Amino acid sequence: MYTQALNTREAIGPVEDPEHEARFQARVDGEEKVEPNDWMPEAYRRLLVRQISQHAHSEIVGMLPEGNWITRAPTLRRKAALLAKVQDEGGHGLYLYAAAETLDVSREELVEQLLAGKAKYSSIFNYPTLTWADIGAVGWLVDGAAIMNQIPLCRCSYGPYARAMIRICKEESFHQRQGYEIILTLSRGTAEQKAMAQGALNRWWWPSLMMFGPSDKESQHSDKSMRWKVKRFSNDELRQKFVDATVPQGLYLGLTFPDPELRFDEASGHWAFGAIDFDELRQVIAGNGPCNHERMKARRKAHDDGAWVREAALAYAEKRRSRRDTARAA
Amino acid sequence: MPRSAGRGGIPQERRELVTERNIPLWEVFIRSRNGLAHKHVGSLHAADSEMALQAARDVYTRRGEGLSIWVVPSAAIVASDPADKEVLFEPTASKVYRHPTFYEVPDEVGHM
Ligand SMILES: [Fe+2]
Ligand SMILES: [Fe+2]
Repeated sequence: MYTQALNTREAIGPVEDPEHEARFQARVDGEEKVEPNDWMPEAYRRLLVRQISQHAHSEIVGMLPEGNWITRAPTLRRKAALLAKVQDEGGHGLYLYAAAETLDVSREELVEQLLAGKAKYSSIFNYPTLTWADIGAVGWLVDGAAIMNQIPLCRCSYGPYARAMIRICKEESFHQRQGYEIILTLSRGTAEQKAMAQGALNRWWWPSLMMFGPSDKESQHSDKSMRWKVKRFSNDELRQKFVDATVPQGLYLGLTFPDPELRFDEASGHWAFGAIDFDELRQVIAGNGPCNHERMKARRKAHDDGAWVREAALAYAEKRRSRRDTARAA
Repeated sequence: MPRSAGRGGIPQERRELVTERNIPLWEVFIRSRNGLAHKHVGSLHAADSEMALQAARDVYTRRGEGLSIWVVPSAAIVASDPADKEVLFEPTASKVYRHPTFYEVPDEVGHM
């Protein structure tokens, strides 16, 4: 994942060039891909930079809650899998920064925005992973929600983003399956293990539903994104798909969902669920979630601690280049 | 007019302006095990070619995607200009005689 419709209200500027814009829209409508050097409306470019960079930041910050458990994984098998998963998320972040860079912003700039607290990332990573069962819940629910969101993005109108998403989606399926396997194992274990699994589901269910962003009634920006075929489904549509896919998986585990209003609606063929606490979502996005502060602190520390490595690598490359030049001149 | 392409075709001149302390950008090409040619898979930042190869291995070949990696400085790639698309590629559309299906061979002759 983890694109979330966060800053949905940024004003879209006036149409700069109606003739180009019309031709652009016709290409998008014809399902042609837009490539980096092609003409594009400035608002389209800005929308993509914001969405792709938020997505990239989310992959990188998302490594923290899971990285937290690598050294304490219960078996070597689980440890190897979790390490591989967290490494994948780092890779996802890099593919996405690279896609954003085709839109005339540098990775350094984007990272600076994140570290300065000016950029957003998915709300979900501001929740703590309290027990080993949370690692199962994150893989099953958080990566599951991510997949729901990301599959339509493989058909996004912007070529570099669509291609990055295809790569990412191929890798996500392992993430979700390894998480579900952890929860499945716990739910078939001792009473204490089963309680751990249930506790993790209780903690992660609602935040996972919030990953799809505000309800359609509130996200006014969606239509622009839909018209440009960046987005293909609304927040609520994706959320419903996720609930429909996930509830049977949870029931199979013998666990219960922390929602007394959850019930299968025969008439519509969908699972109906209770009201989401969007105030909580707003609070977490505004920086007041349980771990916002800790996550940003960890990212800043990693960036600062790595500064000497970046400098040394550049200095070494420079030294070798000048030695080569001197040798050639001699 | 050909132009120098940063990644995915961003004119290099514009990119240099925004990249702080410029950890150079590289394009990564991988040859898969099925014997096809090296294929562009993405890009990355690295201080030198050795680190670029190492990073390409970590970022783009975690699941046996390939047997050989090329890394090329993005600044070294020269790309065609999208504005020239029609001039460059349109003429081939009318040259149907370049395709085998243009020619008629009687059924009795069999597959050719
Ligand atoms: Fe990911
Ligand atoms: Fe993932």
